[in-house]
This record gives sequence, structure tokens and C-alpha cells, in this order.
Amino acid sequence: MMYKTCLNSQHIELGGKMVDFGGWEMPLNYGSQIDEHHIVRKDAGMFDVSHMCVIDIKGGASQEFIRFLIANDVKKLNSKGQALYSCMLNENGGVIDDLIAYYLEDDFYRLVVNAGTTRKDLEWISKQSEKFDISINHRQDLAMIAVQGPNAISKTYQAIPGTEEICKNLKPFNATSIGSLFIARTGYTGEDGFEIILPEKSAEFTWKMLLESEVKPCGLGARDTLRLEAGMSLYGSEMDDSTSPLESNLGWTVDLSDEDRDFIGRKSLENFKSRGVSYTIYGLILNDKGVIRDHQRVITDKGEGEVTSGSFSPTIGKSIALARLPKDCSGECNIEVRNKLLSAKIVKPPFVRNGKILV
Amino acid sequence: MSDIRDDRQYTKTHEWVIDNGDGTFTLGITDHAQELLGDMVFVELPASGDQISSESEFCVVESVKAASGVYAPSDLEVVEVNESLEDEPELVNSSCYDDGWLVKFKSNDLGELLNSDEYQEVVDSE
Repeated sequence: MMYKTCLNSQHIELGGKMVDFGGWEMPLNYGSQIDEHHIVRKDAGMFDVSHMCVIDIKGGASQEFIRFLIANDVKKLNSKGQALYSCMLNENGGVIDDLIAYYLEDDFYRLVVNAGTTRKDLEWISKQSEKFDISINHRQDLAMIAVQGPNAISKTYQAIPGTEEICKNLKPFNATSIGSLFIARTGYTGEDGFEIILPEKSAEFTWKMLLESEVKPCGLGARDTLRLEAGMSLYGSEMDDSTSPLESNLGWTVDLSDEDRDFIGRKSLENFKSRGVSYTIYGLILNDKGVIRDHQRVITDKGEGEVTSGSFSPTIGKSIALARLPKDCSGECNIEVRNKLLSAKIVKPPFVRNGKILV
Repeated sequence: MSDIRDDRQYTKTHEWVIDNGDGTFTLGITDHAQELLGDMVFVELPASGDQISSESEFCVVESVKAASGVYAPSDLEVVEVNESLEDEPELVNSSCYDDGWLVKFKSNDLGELLNSDEYQEVVDSE
């Protein structure tokens, strides 16, 4: 039995090709994954991401708890609605999950975590919270729609009355609310747009209003190639319980500046940092024809590594990948594809941002 | 519903084969297979003249989603490959039974293949 989001019947009505996505029945595409990818780069597309998990943390000790729970520091969020990307680590510095934390009130933070890790995360968060006077509310009553693309904002304004008024001064990585709609200027595509968190009962109506305004439905297939072009990490691919953020090119999300903040995993990270890590994530562009796939072996001038996410870039028209490679490798490398070596160039991600090729 | 044509034969591994009547056969992948794979971005083909043994993987079709092997239905010799797929792999999606063919080959013994009804059963059982 697979979980279904409240928009499931909409996906089927729109011809979505439904697949098992970490236990959820989700649309892979509605026809062509590549067309949907281009729509988000050039116009506006929307994704049902209601399978993602919203966790509300409330109570006087909320800030103190989240500063203990995650590797980035929510203390630097100084205006309500501001968001922060972070990893949640175990004691060994491995990544339990990556998440977005929103500062909503002094006694109210909202966490958005991955779908596939929901149960593990909830158990972990609940266990860690024992010494803190807070409440944890898993918001299973909420849906989430990501509207992404250069025209995403204007089409959202057109689709949902009142949003322009409330969002016109909304900066990237900030959120605001209108009634029961929570609107964040965030995303996972490398384009501008909103992620809208809303009650399940309003989701179908809102989805249809967005369709009316010619926001095209896009499947999770396109979401993956878009995030890969944007150089964004995927939990389970670029990071997992056994790798630290320092080995995943996510050192920028770790805040060690407040020496008194003893967050989970800090000691391990400091050890890694003083010893120096030997691998991190780089980007690859295939020179030859073919497609790079996950887990393929990469041979660089500094030693061997492994592809963490490989696919085809519809925007560039070539295969691209993220790979965990020896630090300071550069230039050309070889990738082992079906017993052959294909040549690729090592680059610094992102590959594409805001519709433009950067590599 | 995927398209299955009754003018040709099929394999359990979702290839189709048609007799060209001049001693050669043409092979491609079925509508069901292209639908499962989604948008094609690369097709790796053998070279003309290659001798291939039965059931070996002799082409690879790659979609955004996955790479999938194409298998030889019998011992065969490749006589022509579809060169237009180098620049337009998407022909395998838009025209899998016509313009999106993969190879032409000669074979002394094509062996037992499936007719369209039998192939329909294979698809239905998946």
C-alpha cells in the first residue's frame, strides 16, 4: 500500500505516470520529463511536493532546541519568516537529513524535511527534545505545491488573489502567510518561485487555479534534473548518515562561529576539520556521448571517486553529474561507463541558474 | 495503452523484428518499452558488420531515467544501423516502429519469436 497525497486524483486526471517514490505514489512525468524541465527553465511549472514533511516546533525553548538539533545556526535569522538551509547531524557528524528551518515567532519554528526520511527524522527529533520544553507537531494536515520558473511569481499572483499584495516585498529564502496559505520564496530547481504550504482541503482548488493561470504540472523526474543542473544536493545521493557535510560540499551550511553552541555532531565535525577531509562533491560534464549514472567510477588526476547523481541535462544537452572526488582534483577525468572510459570535465556546480548555463 | 502492431514479431525483452523480404530484418524497441523508459537521450549502436550472438546485449537505449540493454533475438550480423538516432534519439519515442528503428541485420535462423497476441500477454503480465 503506497501513501497518496491529496492531489493524487489530479495527477491521474492529468495523465501523470505514477511511480513509487519512497513509498509515495507520485507522478514521474505527465508525458515528457524533458518538456517539463524546459517549462520550468523558461516559463512556470508546478510540483506536488506534499509528500515532504512539515514539522512545527513550538514553545519557549524552540530556538535553544533547534540550535542544538541542526548544524546551521537559526540565531542568525532576525526577521520573522526567514529561512535557513541546514543539515541535521548524528553524533559522528553524518547527515540524518537536510532541511529548511523557518523562524516564524520567537516560540515557533517550522522545519521541512524529506519525505523518505520522515519517520527516522521524527524519531530522532523527538528523542533529542526530551530535555527541552517544546512541542513537536507533525503537520499531516498540510499539502505543499512548488511553483517554479521565471514566470512562477507573476502566474501565482494571477492564480491566487491577494498573494501579490503580501508577497511583492518577499525576499528569496523568506516566507509569509496569507490566511492559511504559507508562501515561501524557496525551491529546488535553481529558478525563482514559491513553495506554498497549505491545508490539504485547499490544495486541489489552489492547484486548479494555478492550472487555469497556465502553470504546467511537472513530475518528480523533471524536479531531479532541475536540481541536478542547479547543483543542489539530494539526500541519499550526495549525503547520508555516514558522510559529513564537509565531504558533500556543504561546509557552508555548518556554522561553528558561536563556540558555546554545542550542537549534535559538532565535536566530530571539528575533528574532521582539523584533520582535513580528502573528498568533496564536484560537478562533471561529459565530453563524449552517453549518460553518466549514479555510482559509476571516476578517475581523476588526484585519484578515484564516485558519481553520486548522474543524468542528462536538458538545458546543456549533455550528460552531467555530481560526484564525490578527491579534493583539489581538476581538469579532465574519466568515467567508467559499461567497461569503457568516457572523458568528462570537472567543474564547480551549479551548472545552470535562473535559466543561464554557468559552466 | 501501448501500441502493438500485428505486422511484426516480438521478444519477451521488448524488441520487435520485421522481415524486410530481402534477406534482412529490422529491429527496434516496442512502444511499451519506450513508454517505460521515457524521454530518450542517447542510443548506443553496434557497427555495421558486427557479428552478434543470440541473447547478447548489442545496443543500449538511454533515457533521462535509465539505461536499458537491447538484446539480439538470434545469432546475427548487423548490416545497417539507424544513424539518424545519433542526433535524434527522441525518434525512439516518437516513432518506435518506423523512424526510430535501431538496426538491420541478417540471420540464418531467427528462431521462435512472439506474435502480437503473445507479446500483448507479456505486456499484460507486467
